Amino acid sequence: MTYQKPNFRHPLAPTNNLGLSRREYEGALSTLCAGCGHDSISNAIITACFENSIEPHKVAKLSGIGCSSKTPTYFLGNSHGFNTVHGRMPSVTTGANMANRDLTYIGVSGDGDSASIGLGQFAHVVRRNLNMLYIVENNGCYGLTKGQNSATTDLGSISKSGNANKFSPIDLCNLSMQLGATFVARSFSGDKDQLVPLIKAAMSHRGFAFIDVISPCVTFNNNPGSKKSYDFVREHQEATSNIDFVPMQQEITTQYDAGTTQEVTLHDGSVIHLHKPIDGFDIHNPRTAMRAMKDHQERDEILTGLLYVDTDPVDLHDVINTNSKPLNSLTKEELCPGNKTLQSINESLR
Amino acid sequence: MSKVIKVNNTSSERNSASISGINEFVVKFANINGTGSASANNMFAKAVFRMGLPISPKNIFPSNIQGLPTWYEVRVSEKGYLARRDGIDIMVAMNPQSLAGDVASVLPGGYLLYDSTKTIDLRLVRNDITYIGLPLTDICRREYKDARQRQLFKNIIYVGALAALLDIDFTVLTGLVSDQFKGKEKLIAPNIHALELGYQYANKNFSCPLSIRIEKRDLVGDKILIDGNSASGLGAVYGGATVVGWYPITPSTSVIEAFEKYAKRLRIDPGTGAINYATVQAEDEIAAIGIVIGGAWNGARSFTATSGPGVSLMGEFLGLAYFAEIPVVLVDVQRAGPSTGMPTRTQQSDITAAAYSSHGDTKHVLLFPSTPKECFDMTADAFDLAERLQTPVMVMSDLDLGMNDHMSEPFEWDDDRAYDRGKVLSAEQLDELSANGKKFGRYLDVDNDGICYRTFPGAHPDKGSFFTRGSSRDPYAVYTEDGAEYVANMERLIRKFETAKEYVPKPEQKLAGKRASKRGVIYYGTSAAATEEAIDLLKEKGINLDGLRVRAFPFNKDVEDFIEKHDTVFVVEQNRDAQLRSMLINELEVSPKQLPKVLNYDGSPITAACICENILEQLTEKEAC
Repeated sequence: MTYQKPNFRHPLAPTNNLGLSRREYEGALSTLCAGCGHDSISNAIITACFENSIEPHKVAKLSGIGCSSKTPTYFLGNSHGFNTVHGRMPSVTTGANMANRDLTYIGVSGDGDSASIGLGQFAHVVRRNLNMLYIVENNGCYGLTKGQNSATTDLGSISKSGNANKFSPIDLCNLSMQLGATFVARSFSGDKDQLVPLIKAAMSHRGFAFIDVISPCVTFNNNPGSKKSYDFVREHQEATSNIDFVPMQQEITTQYDAGTTQEVTLHDGSVIHLHKPIDGFDIHNPRTAMRAMKDHQERDEILTGLLYVDTDPVDLHDVINTNSKPLNSLTKEELCPGNKTLQSINESLR
Repeated sequence: MSKVIKVNNTSSERNSASISGINEFVVKFANINGTGSASANNMFAKAVFRMGLPISPKNIFPSNIQGLPTWYEVRVSEKGYLARRDGIDIMVAMNPQSLAGDVASVLPGGYLLYDSTKTIDLRLVRNDITYIGLPLTDICRREYKDARQRQLFKNIIYVGALAALLDIDFTVLTGLVSDQFKGKEKLIAPNIHALELGYQYANKNFSCPLSIRIEKRDLVGDKILIDGNSASGLGAVYGGATVVGWYPITPSTSVIEAFEKYAKRLRIDPGTGAINYATVQAEDEIAAIGIVIGGAWNGARSFTATSGPGVSLMGEFLGLAYFAEIPVVLVDVQRAGPSTGMPTRTQQSDITAAAYSSHGDTKHVLLFPSTPKECFDMTADAFDLAERLQTPVMVMSDLDLGMNDHMSEPFEWDDDRAYDRGKVLSAEQLDELSANGKKFGRYLDVDNDGICYRTFPGAHPDKGSFFTRGSSRDPYAVYTEDGAEYVANMERLIRKFETAKEYVPKPEQKLAGKRASKRGVIYYGTSAAATEEAIDLLKEKGINLDGLRVRAFPFNKDVEDFIEKHDTVFVVEQNRDAQLRSMLINELEVSPKQLPKVLNYDGSPITAACICENILEQLTEKEAC
């Protein structure tokens, strides 16, 4: 790893629609192991936010505990971040989102953080359809405590110590679809061509967007026999389709062969292009995705890409009908009913 | 023949000398839960209140929804004593299941009202109390066809009978019915009819009023009757709470229900009808406090309400909020613990668990309300205090205060009062800071009071962002495991706790005489009414105790001074381990011998008699030594 971040930047580094260079989206230097998949995900988040011209300070990044949850320090240094407690990022993000609906929320979690200690919070944030991007950096092991199996470790996967996992894994994509998630994708940290457009699309989705990113642990789970190693995932990955994301403001320029490409328009007018989809796959039907995932799993393959999207989701604010003005910006005049009302309440209590 | 008599003339036919009492007595209603008795009993209590008399009603109920015994006790006291008092003057015995115990609990010379449709079990007949039989089931069978109505109106009929027996102005009752059913006018006439049935039956068959009775007074002034939980919920509305995370738990649930009830009416955006608050019923208490922390971190006033088991579950998060300096507000409506304990019985037993909740070195600010007015004020103030101190603030109510109606001073709100958001830097202030060549540091103690400046997410495009974490950091919020940085931060947090002493409410002193006594008594929360009554009772016996009602933790200077000025200071609490006393000993370095404990923790609200007895016993022992 590098110990110092170089200050040098090319003076002609490209800028986005806001006039910001990619540098403005970077964070502190990562302290994760060299080659960690999580760093590639941080990079994909930086690229996605830069290319989508998102104002960095309008993003709040939250995480739980674990290697994955350290990463919000390594991207978007101009955003507020919150490293909460183990498995509880979803509830803190729920409160934060209730307080200010105008920010974009990125929650970063890991397989231990979401599938074990935080499975309850994960399930309930899905149910609430909280407007956020929820990324699980899934390496199938507990990295920060030195490589114990996690709840997403595949059956029969062999850990570094040579033991095969005997317990059936929890598939968070499958679970989230059962619970009513409105945007579900799976990707691979080593596949930025797929991951970056998925993150961009997820951030445009107005509701709960979940991406399970398989992210090999180079230190504890990259050995032969592991089903979350770089080699294994590269060899066994199949995408539901190739994906391309066009934000709302941007003109669609690329041409696709008719018949092989499907357009999905999101709530904010941005468009996802899915080309060369696998046979019989319907992006709007969670049942096809769940079946396809199961089929792939039985063949020891990993189905990646966009699995399901609801283009007209109803998020928690819509459900409870909160003011469109962020609650944290309401003034005392808007919040406090005043003494006259209080005196009439007193009167009703005599 | 049965000795049970129909009291045609209470003065001549009673079995022994009846208690006489005007405006000083206790009525207890024994009912079965789920039979609709609560609203009838409330109506009785409120009628006495409207007769101008101080009252204190208490629900005594099991952790059950239907079928088990439940009681409602009303103490009437023109002297203004509002604590629970042992000994029942009038028992309204409507539950055969608990009848034996109910008969036994009546004071000699007292009265027992029962449903005389069925003959009373002879084994339950005492010679020293008067039995008043009302054929309630018969009357209801005659008057109503519907089974539910027969059950509900039975309760209203005995209230009518009590009005005649105790000389309650009937128009007060009719007024109450009209108020209660405002908007449901169809229900007014049948309820008044039921009251009349009881009133007329009693007047016709007994010589009313009894030797125990009500005389109209003007002793309640502008006071109100409300439960502490409703007051806390309303206080949160006035205090500007917008984000609420919660999980149902007795006895705190009604805090949130009250918040929602008032907010639904008072927090609607006039233009759109959208709501200006968000309540999220979470999956557990852990998530509830997580939601509150997230909301508060993001600049919304946020709160939760829970009870002991919830506080335990919230422990890890409370440590995070303390260390990450997030202003959360928590209303803890305490119940008997540990574990599930007695969920519908009262105690003050979360004090140390709340004060030092979480791992590592943590200390939290606690407020101790004694009345609904204080529940309202302290809940509203807790938001100012939490934001000013950037730390969790817990309002330590309990089941007795939270779920029973109490006579209270009316609520007041100063319309000129601004919300104290504490040290928050705006975009302009951040620009100004950098224009002056200064760098924003989230944990930089600029004012040397331990309280640093914070910023809200999204405040400024390129200034003021920081990373919040529960692990150690330097003054600029950068992660560090450097021991010296860690210690400096922990020292600053304790400096902040010292600062808190100036901001938390001061204790209330009640001196026994002009000159300070050598002995004092410290109490807090719902032990106040009983202790203050005990101070009066002891004074009659020539024992002068100066009282100090502690209203907050950390203890401010006044508490320290009070203990210093008295040789002996009794500490009255409703828990086994004398929790506040332990904190006084620890925090103020007082000798344990100076602070004898006076405890009651059987789940019932503490009484003045219990306190007196305990103190007298300890004083006698001391003299004997």
